[in-house]
Amino acid sequence: MALSYEFTEEQEDLREMVREFAQAEILPLVEEAERHEKFPVEILPKLGELGLLGIVFPEEYGGIGADKITECIFVEEMAKVCAGITASVNAHADLAAFPIYKFGTDEQKERYLPRSIAGEIVGAYAITEPNTGSDAAGLATRAEKKNGGYVINGRKNFITNGTLCDYCLVAAYTDRSNRGEGISVFIVDRNTPGFEVTRKLEKMGHRSSDTAELVFEDCEVPAEALLGGKEGAFGALMEALITGRVSHGVKSAAIAEAAFDAARQYALEREAFGRPLAKFQAIRFKLAQMATKIEAAKSLAYKAAWLYASGKPCVKEASMAKYFSAEVADWVTREAVQIHGGYGYIVEYPVERYYRDAKLASITEGTSEIQQLIISRELGL
Amino acid sequence: MKIAVCVKEVPDAGPGRRMDPGTMRLDRSGERSLNSYDLNAVEEALRLKEAAGEGEVVLVSMGQEKALESIRKALAMGADRAVLISDEGAAGSDLVATSYVLAKALEREAPQLVLFGQSAQDSDGAVLWASVAERLKLPMVSQISELEVAGGQITAKRQTEFGYDRIQSPLPAVLAVADSLNEPRYPSLKGIMGAKKKPQDVVKLADLGVEADRAGQAGSRTTVSALNPPPSRGDTVKIEDDGTGAQKIMAFLVERKFA
Ligand SMILES: Cc1cc2nc3c(=O)[nH]c(=O)nc-3n(C[C@H](O)[C@H](O)[C@H](O)COP(=O)(O)OP(=O)(O)OC[C@H]3O[C@@H](n4cnc5c(N)ncnc54)[C@H](O)[C@@H]3O)c2cc1C
Ligand SMILES: Cc1cc2nc3c(=O)[nH]c(=O)nc-3n(C[C@H](O)[C@H](O)[C@H](O)COP(=O)(O)OP(=O)(O)OC[C@H]3O[C@@H](n4cnc5c(N)ncnc54)[C@H](O)[C@@H]3O)c2cc1C
Repeated sequence: MALSYEFTEEQEDLREMVREFAQAEILPLVEEAERHEKFPVEILPKLGELGLLGIVFPEEYGGIGADKITECIFVEEMAKVCAGITASVNAHADLAAFPIYKFGTDEQKERYLPRSIAGEIVGAYAITEPNTGSDAAGLATRAEKKNGGYVINGRKNFITNGTLCDYCLVAAYTDRSNRGEGISVFIVDRNTPGFEVTRKLEKMGHRSSDTAELVFEDCEVPAEALLGGKEGAFGALMEALITGRVSHGVKSAAIAEAAFDAARQYALEREAFGRPLAKFQAIRFKLAQMATKIEAAKSLAYKAAWLYASGKPCVKEASMAKYFSAEVADWVTREAVQIHGGYGYIVEYPVERYYRDAKLASITEGTSEIQQLIISRELGL
Repeated sequence: MKIAVCVKEVPDAGPGRRMDPGTMRLDRSGERSLNSYDLNAVEEALRLKEAAGEGEVVLVSMGQEKALESIRKALAMGADRAVLISDEGAAGSDLVATSYVLAKALEREAPQLVLFGQSAQDSDGAVLWASVAERLKLPMVSQISELEVAGGQITAKRQTEFGYDRIQSPLPAVLAVADSLNEPRYPSLKGIMGAKKKPQDVVKLADLGVEADRAGQAGSRTTVSALNPPPSRGDTVKIEDDGTGAQKIMAFLVERKFA
């Protein structure tokens, strides 16, 4: 009887707390944040105070020292309320602060982690460039040694939290002769001369998350800005991004679930041809399929989280979870709009947002094609 | 300063809530949570402790053993420990019995302040604190919307139907807080992770020296003789909306001089 699908009491209590918090403190901000494409950055200190930005970080930096499963519960309940806001929070905690904890020097951890975990400063991470995304090793940004430090030149695109970050992890070649391996990561403070935010990007979905284009022009950073004090840390960083894929698995399933809940309710209330939509087999079965797929997506995502939390290999499962949940979210949200009929197309109803939000899942942090590439590699193909 | 907060687990509101025809008591088997008004009392106790920089916040509750699951929320918010009186012999306690048992538990704790929520969402008597205070022979203030504790006494602003009373009382005292007094905090994740490890004493009636005939059905002075659905209101009018619904409602209200 070892297989268990039970969360601990603490995890259940966390779920209840995040649910209450998200309903009372996040939901009222969503409409405005989505409309004006502005991440409500004031929620970060609140999340910090509740310990929600430091779930997997050790206590010495102000974290909780809990596991990935616990963090996923937080992501799930947040994403049910707003995927965009969740994306910004994840980019900050999972993708900017987490690699510093994983690979940073003691000084870097001291300098960035406590304040990141408290929500006092915001982090971003920048790998993607205008001319390369999936092929991360194809990036063009370079960092050259100068005066004991480095000079960074290049452009980054689609950077979450780009407009409001206080620091940004930047991937740049320090050794051009070594494709992939020659990429290093720098922690660049926002006020460093030569670090410009050139454009905020207007998006189809995830509008409450800021996304920007960044330019580094003769941007001089000290040697201490090199993540972990070692050149060539990029490969390790990419591996660390597994944690983000697991989170995505849960997040996409949560978007799907929000859409399903809305569609189910609507099908019970809306009548056509003299009876509720839910009485038509075509609709009932669709809802049954939606619920089944969501359940499967969540199970896979939490299995990946469990593997990760247990320190077991999970490259394959993390990619499967991200890929499968993204496809499920894509399909479920589309069908949820369909069940709403004309109202599904109207901004007043939340399903159109879920539909737009879900689309990002198969694009960001490794597209669905790239996840399949990783999975097939793991399958020995 | 030692502060006791009386808290109660209640069944979640909603259509599922029902009276059990067998026991003629409320069915407490479904989803349950901590009475939300009690969170205001917990919050106030924590603020008083934090302001004083020392002290202890003890939760006191009577209920089923599984009530600890709900009580953990208050521990996660920051209360130091919990005492739960859980005993088969306490089932079916009415106001008389409940107040007696709680008073016994509070006597044993001997706190300087006893805080209550304004009412319980299930039975909604909004009166238990008065009976407990009477049994403890302590001063009591209810509906507190502002509270100050200094120099061994409390100053409270008490909401009334006509305005406010400003009341001073020496300590120890029993206080029932209004939900307007404060905004209860969310339990932090750190609090949640630590809550289970905090002391949670489940005590029996005998541990408190409560005689068997003073608790439960035996100690109650209320007898439920029958359960009946509320009588239907004879003058109900059902208006089907055929496009003129709004006018019909207006006409109805005007006729009854409501509009
Ligand atoms: C809202 C948003 C936020 C983002 N936030 C960040 C961020 O914070 N930091 C960051 O660094 N990046 C971020 N990104 C970038 C994101 O990770 C990339 O968009 C993604 O990795 C895809 O890269 P690309 O856009 O260059 O597409 P391309 O790599 O050009 O891909 C185009 C298409 O080709 C397919 N394709 C590419 N290679 C292959 C192959 N070998 N086999 C089969 N198909 C292939 C892709 O799957 C895709 O369908 C964000 C993107 C968006 C939209
Ligand atoms: C015949 C009869 C049988 C009953 N049987 C049961 C039973 O089996 N189980 C049961 O739980 N109730 C039972 N009750 C209800 C119980 O008597 C009341 O809950 C109790 O008297 C308190 O009244 P109230 O809930 O209206 O609280 P209120 O006066 O509305 O509550 C005010 C405050 O008192 C505190 N408080 C209330 N109840 C408790 C408690 N139990 N422990 C600690 N603090 C508390 C809270 O701070 C609350 O905010 C029964 C009542 C009757 C009449």
